[in-house]
Amino acid sequence: MNIFLVLTFSGVALGAIYFLAASGLSLIYGLMDVLNFAHGLFMTLGAYSGYEIATRLPTSLGAPTLVILAIIGATLFGGLAAGVTELILIRPLYGKPISQILITIGLDLAVVGLLMGGFGSTALQIPVPLWLIEPTHLGGLYLPNANFLAIGAGVIVLIGLELFLALTRYGIIIRAGVENREMVRALGIDVGRAFTLVFVIGGAMAGLAGILYTIVFSGDLVSPNQGDSLLIFAFIVVVIGGLGSIRGSAVAALTVGLLQQYTSFYIGGHSGWAQIGDLSTVLLLAVVLELRPRGLFGRVA
Amino acid sequence: MRRPSLRAGRLTVAVLLGLFIVLPFIGLHVPWVLPGTLDIVNSTGTLEVLALCFMFAGIAVGYDMMFGYTGLMSLGPVLYFAVGTYVFDIALTHWAWPLVPSLLLTFGVSLVLAVVLGAIALRVHGIAFAMVTLAFAQAFYFLVESNPHNLTGGDTGLSLTYTRLPSFLSGAVSNTRNLYWIALAFLVVAYLIVWLVTESVTGHVFVAVRENELRLDVLGVRPYRFKLVSFVVSSLIATGGGIVYILVIGTAVPSVVASTTVTLSILIMVVLGGAGTRWGAVIGAIVYVYLQQYLDKVGAEPSFTRLPAVLRVPLSEPQFLLGAIFVLFVFFAPGGIAGLVLRRRLNRASAATLLSVFKKS
Repeated sequence: MNIFLVLTFSGVALGAIYFLAASGLSLIYGLMDVLNFAHGLFMTLGAYSGYEIATRLPTSLGAPTLVILAIIGATLFGGLAAGVTELILIRPLYGKPISQILITIGLDLAVVGLLMGGFGSTALQIPVPLWLIEPTHLGGLYLPNANFLAIGAGVIVLIGLELFLALTRYGIIIRAGVENREMVRALGIDVGRAFTLVFVIGGAMAGLAGILYTIVFSGDLVSPNQGDSLLIFAFIVVVIGGLGSIRGSAVAALTVGLLQQYTSFYIGGHSGWAQIGDLSTVLLLAVVLELRPRGLFGRVA
Repeated sequence: MRRPSLRAGRLTVAVLLGLFIVLPFIGLHVPWVLPGTLDIVNSTGTLEVLALCFMFAGIAVGYDMMFGYTGLMSLGPVLYFAVGTYVFDIALTHWAWPLVPSLLLTFGVSLVLAVVLGAIALRVHGIAFAMVTLAFAQAFYFLVESNPHNLTGGDTGLSLTYTRLPSFLSGAVSNTRNLYWIALAFLVVAYLIVWLVTESVTGHVFVAVRENELRLDVLGVRPYRFKLVSFVVSSLIATGGGIVYILVIGTAVPSVVASTTVTLSILIMVVLGGAGTRWGAVIGAIVYVYLQQYLDKVGAEPSFTRLPAVLRVPLSEPQFLLGAIFVLFVFFAPGGIAGLVLRRRLNRASAATLLSVFKKS
């Protein structure tokens, strides 16, 4: 029972990171019909900028401050990279969805290549405070502290995003744009600015997801291809949740995170088949598609 | 009407094909341009790179049929490529099957997988289809990586045992010349299949699917079946490429043969060459593989290390250069190499028409 609870806890933490990665992807697709392959790159860039901040700044600041700065820096840098990408590469190709996908693929390849050249293809270690490595003793359970961080970030972003979409002017434009872009444009509203904004928000969440994944699940290591492997799961979450739906992404991310943790422990742990956790997410995707091709919360395509 | 340019094109193809067939007998020393370590045309290194070029060209032309002609952006061709390498490798190495049953098994597995997974993935359209095919391919990657029953060798990979192969194939290095011809033959067969299919009635329906699926539905033609046929044939060609790969390279490693990188490479080759033209995909693949190998060689040049880091780091990463070239192409020449050639030809043609108009007036 205890194991089950601990697994649930880490499954929720994994789900939180998947949510951060997938919701931006889903919003970008919902609003602009762009399948953003560079989303994995934004995650990787977030992790690397976090690494740069945590290692370049003087250690006298103290490990907790450094990690907080690294997380903030990763978020900002992810958003910045995504905004620049939208303005320079995506915007001129508007109305050509295939070209937009291709350009994000090319960008991803090129910049990951640069990262490999600049930082080497081996993983680098981010220094973190001891607190993040230790577990908290809670009601007979030992819960890893890093998981709290991921869950906290996921919940804050989910609430913040929902509030932003529900209450602010741009949030309303984005929601309306996801429903019917042409209508919003016909009403004389500049959708282009909303496009950039959605890219910035998505990129910031991707950067956050990248650094959190490093801290929570990959033993504080950053590597050039980490974002691209995370991107696959983000795609799975987006399709299961339904393209364009934030709530769908949240529910699907939790489901996928939990499923992955349970199967990799209960099935993979006994048979020694560690990858069953990853495989089960694809199986879930196949089942969802068979039963409900538009995803859990998706619009009718 | 047979246009003269078409006849010239066929002649060029025949000459090039003849040249490539006799190439292993040409011991010419050509400095600077060859990708292998030795600058000799028929050295093992050069022939192996050319074999890889032909193999990818065959896969790319198969992918072009699905992507360029039918408009299906699958992000899972690597799955069928990896099935080709691994199933064939396992049948020969672990089970010591003879060549022909191994081939039959490999294509059989690929056929079943392509039909089942294609049928599921084609339930969704456009971007979702791309993501689902990507996920399936990734599932196979996880499967291979997990080394089930010690069949695939996990991350370290699985080397091919040549004992059950006919002697002209055994040993990747000693028979490079034969393997080179096999790769070339694979390209020719793949091209012929794609040519026959795309020029047939089925192929015309493929293009109709790409242009307007809804209209086909209204006309009473079920696009679903045609899309599945395109998907399956393209996948089987990728499997053939996988078999050629394991014969030429001799070892299968998941990060090289089963990862999404392979899919993206194939997609880039087709777009770089020009989607929907067949020969564009062939050129794109050859250019891509050649550049990849050649840039690696350039990056390893001793004089290269003297460059300042700002230049050396990006220039020594083929992945960066290829990605950047690709971005430039998508931006400035979305029709790829074929598009550039056709545009030039078109310009010349329209100029000629204009001139004749002027002369008449």
